[in-house]
Amino acid sequence: MGYDLSLRVWRGDRNGGELVDFGVPVEEGEVVLDAIHRLQATQVGDLAVRWNCKAGKCGSCSAEINGRPRLMCMTRLSDFDKSETITVTPVRTFPVVRDLVTDVSFNYEKAKQVPAFAPTPPDADGKRRMSQREVERGQEFRKCIECFLCQDVCHVIRDHDDNKPAFAGPRFFLRYAELDMHPLDTNDRRKLAQDTAGISMCNITKCCTEVCPENIKITDNAIIPMKERVADRKYDPLVWLGSKIFRRDQREET
Amino acid sequence: MTDASTHGHAQSSQQRFESHAYDVVVIGAGGAGLRAAIAAHDAGARTAIVCKSLLGKAHTVMAEGGIAAAMGNLYPDDSWQVHFRDTMRGGKMLNNWRMAQLHAQEAPDRVLELEGWGALFDRTGDGLISQRDFGGHRFARLAHVGDRTGLEMIRTLQQHVVALGIDVYMECTVTDIFKDGDRVSGAFGYWRESGRFLVFETPTVVLATGGIGKSYQVTSNSWEYTGDGHALAMRAGASLINMEFVQFHPTGMIWPPSVKGILVTESVRGDGGVLKNSEGRRFMFDYIPEFFKAETADTEDEADRWYDDKKSNRRPPELLPRDEVARAINSEIKAGRGSPHGGVFLDIASRRSTEFIRRRLPSMYHQFKELADVDITAEAMEIGPTCHYVMGGVEVDADTGASIVPGLYAAGEVAGGMHGSNRLGGNSLSDLLVFGRRAGLNSAYYARRLPATRRPRVAAGAVEAAADAALAPFSVEGGENPYTIQHDLQEVMQQLVGIIRKREELTESLEELKALRERARHLTVEGHRQYNPGWHLALDLSNMLLVSECIARAALTREESRGGHTRDDFPMSDDTWGGKNVVLTEADGEVTLTQQPLPVMPEELRRLFEVK
Repeated sequence: MGYDLSLRVWRGDRNGGELVDFGVPVEEGEVVLDAIHRLQATQVGDLAVRWNCKAGKCGSCSAEINGRPRLMCMTRLSDFDKSETITVTPVRTFPVVRDLVTDVSFNYEKAKQVPAFAPTPPDADGKRRMSQREVERGQEFRKCIECFLCQDVCHVIRDHDDNKPAFAGPRFFLRYAELDMHPLDTNDRRKLAQDTAGISMCNITKCCTEVCPENIKITDNAIIPMKERVADRKYDPLVWLGSKIFRRDQREET
Repeated sequence: MTDASTHGHAQSSQQRFESHAYDVVVIGAGGAGLRAAIAAHDAGARTAIVCKSLLGKAHTVMAEGGIAAAMGNLYPDDSWQVHFRDTMRGGKMLNNWRMAQLHAQEAPDRVLELEGWGALFDRTGDGLISQRDFGGHRFARLAHVGDRTGLEMIRTLQQHVVALGIDVYMECTVTDIFKDGDRVSGAFGYWRESGRFLVFETPTVVLATGGIGKSYQVTSNSWEYTGDGHALAMRAGASLINMEFVQFHPTGMIWPPSVKGILVTESVRGDGGVLKNSEGRRFMFDYIPEFFKAETADTEDEADRWYDDKKSNRRPPELLPRDEVARAINSEIKAGRGSPHGGVFLDIASRRSTEFIRRRLPSMYHQFKELADVDITAEAMEIGPTCHYVMGGVEVDADTGASIVPGLYAAGEVAGGMHGSNRLGGNSLSDLLVFGRRAGLNSAYYARRLPATRRPRVAAGAVEAAADAALAPFSVEGGENPYTIQHDLQEVMQQLVGIIRKREELTESLEELKALRERARHLTVEGHRQYNPGWHLALDLSNMLLVSECIARAALTREESRGGHTRDDFPMSDDTWGGKNVVLTEADGEVTLTQQPLPVMPEELRRLFEVK
C-alpha cells in the first residue's frame, strides 16, 4: 500500500537553482503529479507547477521525469521501483520561470505565424460536406493537447536557442499539415512551412513522435508528407531517405 | 471608440501598476470567454481576454461528449422546439424559458460557425456533421469529435482568437471589479508569473469563469474552478440564482484513489453502455420516475432496440437526465449493491465490439488503460458520482447576458438560469457558444453607446485597496496553511452539502463554513510573489468560501427535491417551489437571500408541453 517516495525536485528560477530532496508519503495508484501536489500542500506551499485537468487532456503538467519528457498526471508511480528516487525537472527547451514552470511563450508566438483557416463557401443549404475518411486525417493531428513535449525533445531547438527564430517545431508542423490536408481549406501554406516554419531543418529523428502522449504519428503522418508537399523529392535527400526507411503503409500519401 | 483621454485616470496607481484600457474585458478563456471575445471584437470593441491558465487549457477542454444542437442531420424530425422541450424538462421546468429558447434556436448556427473556423467534426454517411445520443435528448443531437469534443471546440476558438489578433492576458488572475457609481469601470488582477499587479480600465466586464467544483472533494473540475466569477459578481453588486443546484455527474472514475472524480463521458451510455450493480442487474429500470415514464423504456429489449429504431421504441433508462442517474447510483451503493471500490459498474465491453469502442471512445479507452489498468473493451468500469457542474450563477438578462450591474455581463457556467435545476449533457458546450456570443456582442454595444465623456473612471483609492487586500496573506505570520483550509472546505461541502441533503447537515455546514471563514482571515503564505501557488490559493479561497455559503444557504431554503438538489427530509418536488428562484446578494460580507417568481412562459411555448 502506501510508502514514502524519495522525490528530487528542481527548485529555482531564471537565475539558477538546484535539485532538492524530499520524502513524500504516497498511495497505491498515484501518479507523479499527486506526489508533487502533496509536497506542495504539506511541505513547500510555494512550489511552482502548472496543471489543470489531471487526466491527460489539457497538456499543462509537462516536465522531465528522470530525464524523460512526460506529463506528470499520466506518469504512474507504479512504473518505478518503490526504492527508486524520482527526479522531476522543468522541460529543458524553454526558459525556467520558477521551479517546474517554464516560459512557453515561444509556442504562442509561433502559433501567431500560422495563416488562418480559409474555407471554401458552404453549400447552398448553409452546411458543409466532408467524408469521415477525409476528416480523420486532420482529426489525428487535432488530438494534440499542446503539452509541447514534442517541442521540448526536438533536437533542432532543445540545445540550440539560435534555431528558434527560424524553426516552429513539430507541434506547428502538425498544424501546417492539418490545414494543408483540410478538405475545405483554400490557402497554400507549403512555401510558408518551408520559409517561416523551417520544416526543412527537421531531420526526422522521430523523437517528437516517441514522446507524444496522444500517440500522434507526428513524423510519419504530418512532417514527412508535409516535406514531400513542400519540396520536390529529388531535391530533399532526407525525404528520399525517409521513403526508404519507413514502410509505405505507415505513411499517409499525398 | 475611445481616445487618449480615457487613459491614465488611475494616475497615481499607474505609476505603481501597469494599466490597460479596453472596451470589453472578458474574464475566462473557455468556450464562453473565447466566443464572447470573438463577438466583441467583431462588433468593433477593443477586447481583451484575461485567463488564469495558459490559452487552450481552460476546463472546456475536458468536455467529452458533444455539443447539443437540433441540426436534424440524422433525425429530420428534430427541431429547436423539441430541443427546447427536452432542456426544460431536464431542468424540471425551472429554467429561464427565454434562455432555453434562444439556446435551442441558435445552437445549430453556432456549431456550423465552428466548422467554418476549422473544426473537424465526425461525419454522417452523407458527409454532414454526425450527431450522437445523450441523456435526456429525444433525438441523436450532439455534434462530436470522438470523445474529445471540448478539445476540438477550444482549439478552434483559440485559433480563431489568435487569427483575429485579440489581446490575451494568460496566467493572469482578476481579484476585483471596480465601479464608478453603479457602473463597472475596470478590473484589478495579478500576473501569476511575476505576482505584479495590473489594472484594466474598461466600462464592461464579461464573466466567463466557469464553475465552483473545486469546493468539493470528489470533482471532475480543475484547480481553476473556484467560483471566481460568482464571487466577483456578488461583490460588484450582482445577484446569483439557482445556487442550490449542483450537478453530480453519475459517472466519475473511482479507482485508484488518485483518479477519483475524473469524468467518464456520458457517451459511454449514449453509445450503448449500461449500468449494473454487484448482482449484475441493470438497476436503472428500478428508478424510472413518473415524470419520465412515458418516454422511457421499461424492458431491456425495448431499450436495446432504441439505439437502432428511435421511432417505435423508448429511451433506455440509463439515458435519463443526470440527476436521476446519479441518485439511482447513490441508492444502489447505499443499499449495499455497489462495486468493490464503492461505485457501480458501467459496462460497454459486453455490448459493443472492441473496434466500435476504440473508435467512438478513444480517450476513455486511453484514460482507463493508462490510469487504472482497465481495458474497457474487455471489462466493466467502476464508476460513481462526481461533482461536475453548477447550474446556479449570475442572474442575467436572457437576451443580452447583462447582470443587474450596468457593464457587468456573464456567460457560460458562471451564468444562471439556462439549465434550471439540472443541465442535460451536451447543453453546456452549446450554452457557451450561444450565450458567449450574446454577452460579447451586447457588452460591445454597451461600450459603444457610452459617450466618451461618460466613460466610467477607476478611482485610485480603489486600486490601492485592491492591491493591499491581495498582499495581505504575506503579512500574516503563524497563520493557517491555505491548502489545509481548502482541504477542510472540500470535506464540509462533500459531507454536508453533497448529493443528498438534509436540514441538520445544511445547518451544520453553515456553522462549519463560518468557522472556516474565520480561520481564512489569518492565512500565511510562504515565499514571494513570483509564481506562488500557495498565494494564489489563498486569494481564491475567499471566493470558494463565499460561493459555498451561497450553495448551502440556498439548499437549506429550498424545502423540496428537484434536479440537482435532493432533500432527504423533503423528497418530493413541490409546485410552489417549482415557480420560484432563490436569489442571493452580498453586502459587507453578509449574504442576503430572497425568493423571486420565475419569468412566465408565453402560451405558444407552453403548448409544447401539453402534447404526448
